Amino acid sequence: VAQAPALPTGFELPLEPRLPRIGSIDAVALEERAASLAKRSIKKDAKVWALELAIRCTDLTTLEGADTPGKVAALSSKAIRPDPGDPSVPSVAAVCVYPNLVPTARERLEGTGIKVAAVATGFPSGQYPTPLKVADVRSAIELGAQEIDMVIDRGAFLSGRYAKVYDEVVKTKEACGDVHLKVILETGELGTYDNVRRATLLAIAGGADFVKTSTGKINPAATLPVALCMLEAVRDVHEETGRRIGFKAAGGVRQAKQAIQHLILVHETLGPDWLTPDLYRLGASSLLNDILMQLRKEKTGVYQSPDYFTLD
Amino acid sequence: MADLDHTQDRAPVPKDWLYAPAPESTDIVRLQERYGFFIGGEWAEPSQTYVTISPSTEEPLAEVGEGTPEDVDRAVAAARAAFENGWSSLPGAERAKYMFRIARILQERAREFAVLESMNGGKPIKESRDVDVPLAAAHFFYYAGWADKLEYAFPNRRPRPVGVAGQIIPWNFPLLMLAWKVAPALACGNTVVLKPAETTPLTALLFCDVLRQAELPPGVVNIVTGDGRTGAALVEHPGVDKIAFTGSTEVGKEIQRRLAGTGKKLTLELGGKAANIVFDDCALDQAVEGIVNGIYFNQGHVCCAGSRLFVQESIYEPIVDKLKQRLETLRVGDPLDKNTDVGAINSKMQLDRIRELVEAGKEEGAQIYQPSCELPEKGYWFVPTVFTNVAQSYRIAQEEIFGPVLSVLTFRTPDEAVEKANNTPYGLSAGVWTEKGSRILWMAQRLRAGVVWANTFNRFDPTSPFGGYKESGFGREGGLHGLEPYLRFDDSEAWGG
Repeated sequence: VAQAPALPTGFELPLEPRLPRIGSIDAVALEERAASLAKRSIKKDAKVWALELAIRCTDLTTLEGADTPGKVAALSSKAIRPDPGDPSVPSVAAVCVYPNLVPTARERLEGTGIKVAAVATGFPSGQYPTPLKVADVRSAIELGAQEIDMVIDRGAFLSGRYAKVYDEVVKTKEACGDVHLKVILETGELGTYDNVRRATLLAIAGGADFVKTSTGKINPAATLPVALCMLEAVRDVHEETGRRIGFKAAGGVRQAKQAIQHLILVHETLGPDWLTPDLYRLGASSLLNDILMQLRKEKTGVYQSPDYFTLD
Repeated sequence: MADLDHTQDRAPVPKDWLYAPAPESTDIVRLQERYGFFIGGEWAEPSQTYVTISPSTEEPLAEVGEGTPEDVDRAVAAARAAFENGWSSLPGAERAKYMFRIARILQERAREFAVLESMNGGKPIKESRDVDVPLAAAHFFYYAGWADKLEYAFPNRRPRPVGVAGQIIPWNFPLLMLAWKVAPALACGNTVVLKPAETTPLTALLFCDVLRQAELPPGVVNIVTGDGRTGAALVEHPGVDKIAFTGSTEVGKEIQRRLAGTGKKLTLELGGKAANIVFDDCALDQAVEGIVNGIYFNQGHVCCAGSRLFVQESIYEPIVDKLKQRLETLRVGDPLDKNTDVGAINSKMQLDRIRELVEAGKEEGAQIYQPSCELPEKGYWFVPTVFTNVAQSYRIAQEEIFGPVLSVLTFRTPDEAVEKANNTPYGLSAGVWTEKGSRILWMAQRLRAGVVWANTFNRFDPTSPFGGYKESGFGREGGLHGLEPYLRFDDSEAWGG
């Protein structure tokens, strides 16, 4: 398969039991369904439940050239106790950083159960030779990364070299071993929902534990229709093979309201089983404070100034 | 919330996410205890009344008039007077001004109308809010635009109004059907006597308030509530020039019999048993959404509902599996809750009819599937239902159920799909699901249905004509075609039309 030049129509991925047919996506209907789910009205205890779940599923992220050990240490502290004023607020699922900052995060998060994820494989572009990408993954793991967020090679994908994309996922998964692998599709660069679906199935066939929408560097990122499209692919894989693949929405989710809409998509597409940090993640940085603000409002009845919530 | 799961090392996690009730407030609706008839711009006292209820709670909402032949006579006289005394000779642009006003007021009062529609009819608030009311306003906007352009719509045919239009509308889209009927009639310079459905008169009565607000001249629109007898009096009234009816095929046939030889113009929009045809190259998940929307939209109380699902045999299993899964997430309950997908059945009578046909389906040997969902104790409810193993000869594949009940059949080739789809006395609508453009056109040419939707279903727009073939009726509503039934032309004069 690795040598196959392209994925012809009706191509079946080499899995046993086999993956569902690739199929196609009707963009209008997909967007309509996503929009109608976004109109769900979530109130009171259902809202508090969703907000706390969103925190428990958050991959608190900083991916800047200017990241320093100090910044990452502060972020890690926030990951453990997002709202110092309210100990009932849960910790996040993971902290996501560049490989060089993994040791700092590991040190601060020791014993908390919060995972440290590293982006790798030439993040965010993925435009590097395959051996370098694999080496990137290995060194991130050596530095202590417990989860790897890889990017697919969109250049290869868009030029029809699906086999190369598949091959790199397979090699990355090999390098990961037991380390949790999330595959970033960078849907904002894929152009069509058909491509998003293809890339999702390709990543899953290659061994992804999670499929993830975006790097956060490109707009649009985790839009609701893109999330729905990927969730439906995950559902098809589960139906056909029994494999449970996780999903991570990353990029562009900044408000608590959007986070709830994403959770509704998961709830009504894959069901309550997927509403756990083991199978669902929200990659975000500024989202957390908005959730905290909304939670405080639900609990006290009034909004508080942003000054009451720490930056990181 | 549900039971707690303590297996995780962090905070305890409830297992399921139960959406808290999110009901739309009814405070915005001020109902009178008793309504009369709206005749000549005034409220007329009824001699007899009946009580209209909310089908989701069975609670009474208001007392409304039961129109007698005398009431109908007064309404027709008022309509005639308004027609003669100015409305028919008003320049089109002036008529349009009133209609634009009506449209804008409907938009301004949209929430009020949406809430009342859901209270009286049982449909989910998200549908009355996002579909019924905005579309009703859109119809007035659209036909207001035609009012001064009739000469251009029908060049060299000298279009003139027909006179007094008697309009009888159904209970499934009370306000929207009112707009479908009233808007083209007014645009063409006719006056109207409208009879709302017996079970859902309230939005039509609230609409009278809009007419007054818009300062529409008295008598141009008159509304007489009542049951079938009121409708019959309207049909038979000699002062009515045109009848427009939307409802059951049975009543439609009766109206046509009674009008034979009277010279009254007639349009009928009757029942349907639409085929929703799913090919193996469709986008599966989106097709499933379309199937759900096709049959469970408005509890299946839709004349063009996609009640016969034809699935190509090669994808029968995934489609049926996905459909069943999707049904589990349908939220049935309080129509006023913003998260409700399927509301209450409109009336006890309709519920009995649905039950009867579903029983017949079981007896005939079809396999029934219903999702697990709890129904409220009071009110009229029916669980969204799918029948598989359905044969073309079963009653559930032949008769219009007008409820949330889907019959699944299969086909092997496009020819077979067309043949089976057309094998019905009805011909209102059809749906085709395929990613292949050429096949959509091939199918649309061969399906005997007034509307063929491609990769969508139950989509309405004022610019698009809607109407049936065969026993689904004749005449079109919407679009340029929708003007014709409300106009006389030079060329039709010779034929006594």
